[in-house]
Amino acid sequence: MSVISKNITSFIGLRFLGLCTIVVLAFILLVLIDIIWKGAGTLSWDFIFTVPRKGMTEGGIYPALVGTTMVTVITAIFSIPVGVATAVYLNEYASDNMFTKILRASIRNLAGVPSIIYGLFGVALFVEALRLGNSVVSSGLTLGLMTLPYIITATEEALRSVPHSHREGALALGATKWEAIKTIILPSAIAGITTGAILGVSRAAGETAPILFTGVTFYLRFPPDTLDSEFMALPYHLYILSTQHHAIEQVRPLAYGTALVLILLIVVLNIIAFIIRNKYAKELVK
Amino acid sequence: MENKIEIKDIKLSFGTKEVLKGVTMQIPKNSVVALIGPSGCGKSTLLRSINRMHDLNPDVKITGDILLDGESILQSKKDPTEIRRKVGMVFQRPNPFPKSIYNNIAYGLKINELDKKVDVKQAVQSALEDCYLWDELGDNLKRSALEMSGGQQQRLCIARAIAINPEVILMDEPCSALDPISTAKIEELILRLKKDYTIIIVTHNMQQAIRTADYTGFMYLGELVEYGTTQQIFENPKEELTKRYVEGNFG
Repeated sequence: MSVISKNITSFIGLRFLGLCTIVVLAFILLVLIDIIWKGAGTLSWDFIFTVPRKGMTEGGIYPALVGTTMVTVITAIFSIPVGVATAVYLNEYASDNMFTKILRASIRNLAGVPSIIYGLFGVALFVEALRLGNSVVSSGLTLGLMTLPYIITATEEALRSVPHSHREGALALGATKWEAIKTIILPSAIAGITTGAILGVSRAAGETAPILFTGVTFYLRFPPDTLDSEFMALPYHLYILSTQHHAIEQVRPLAYGTALVLILLIVVLNIIAFIIRNKYAKELVK
Repeated sequence: MENKIEIKDIKLSFGTKEVLKGVTMQIPKNSVVALIGPSGCGKSTLLRSINRMHDLNPDVKITGDILLDGESILQSKKDPTEIRRKVGMVFQRPNPFPKSIYNNIAYGLKINELDKKVDVKQAVQSALEDCYLWDELGDNLKRSALEMSGGQQQRLCIARAIAINPEVILMDEPCSALDPISTAKIEELILRLKKDYTIIIVTHNMQQAIRTADYTGFMYLGELVEYGTTQQIFENPKEELTKRYVEGNFG
């Protein structure tokens, strides 16, 4: 190829890549602007801190916000320690054989299982077999199961990115394997682990299918006061308001307001992830 | 002279691949011993068996024995962490932890619970002084170790190793990633540390062996071909193979 045609190819290639980026950005912006445009008017402290009234045509989303928060906390408490521990075992202790290869592949596949399947599994295991009933805890654990593969994979990747020489350095100084993991490897990997964990959990916070059969309910006048009670959740509330309500046109602003709150919640979670990352990155060198 | 380490007929294989085919050698106390030989001759493998770094690899099979002050370190049920406290190691590439300079050195003290017995601040300072880093760095020990130059990082790794007061220091091609000036500083350091430690250094650089080592062992294909004083090995080798290698006519 001549230099000129090479330059032309490279020019077109670059433009094409740029175009793809712009298209992606445009869609994201479009969705965001649409939701902010139509939801911002609804947003107020009243909307956030009052219960739905008059057949959900008025009032706010307080019970749904509390419900989603409680479920997300349960999800995090269950899935983060279990997921990180599993990843540490797989990456640091388990020998690399056929069994662990199959195990890893299965974990990756689990990340691709449709969330409705997790919902059904949650009914069978938590609601029925373990008799936890339709409750915050059943839904939290179901979402936790769904989040586990993400956390395990993200943690394993973070652990793998810690150079082998750091492990050897710690061991050569007389550290035991566990000491090396605790004092050198996990702190080095914490940024990646935190990001993976919070992204996984925030994805769970927006899920509807897994909580559908395990505890979420259509309408409550109060936020859940115990872990074994049914609850309202933002994504399900949004679904009801946008498709199942008897006066869809009338509640449309409420639906957009709910969507905006849900997005803000996830943005807040991601900002927390960002702050934790930076904090650890700084602490690491102290 | 008193032997610090005795290596007795060490045979080592990775799976089916035999890497060491029966190596026997004595390392005198407070001496510098260089191991030279072409890549893949097993010198690093031999070095890493002295602080039991092969424990990590389940495929490694090892027979024979290594004695430290007359005590077996391979065959006994002895805790490898105890051996590694006595036998420090410096690696081919500088591998400071992503921590501050201070904490890189304090780490070994904490891990070995020496921080209750000694003044950590004082220990950090004297380790840095021993490695000519104290004056260079001044009081700026809160900086990340990763911001230092490669040569400083490697000296920090040496400081980290000597801070826990080992008896032996293993160095696996410690200068191969460094520039000539940093290399000269490390060599100077090796000569100075000899007073307090027994040092075994693996090197590809024959000049380095001549400059630093009291004794030199030439290894080839998993065997120790010849071992003697550095002067004898380089000026008057007994084996034809050694002669060809030190004269650079290998092949």
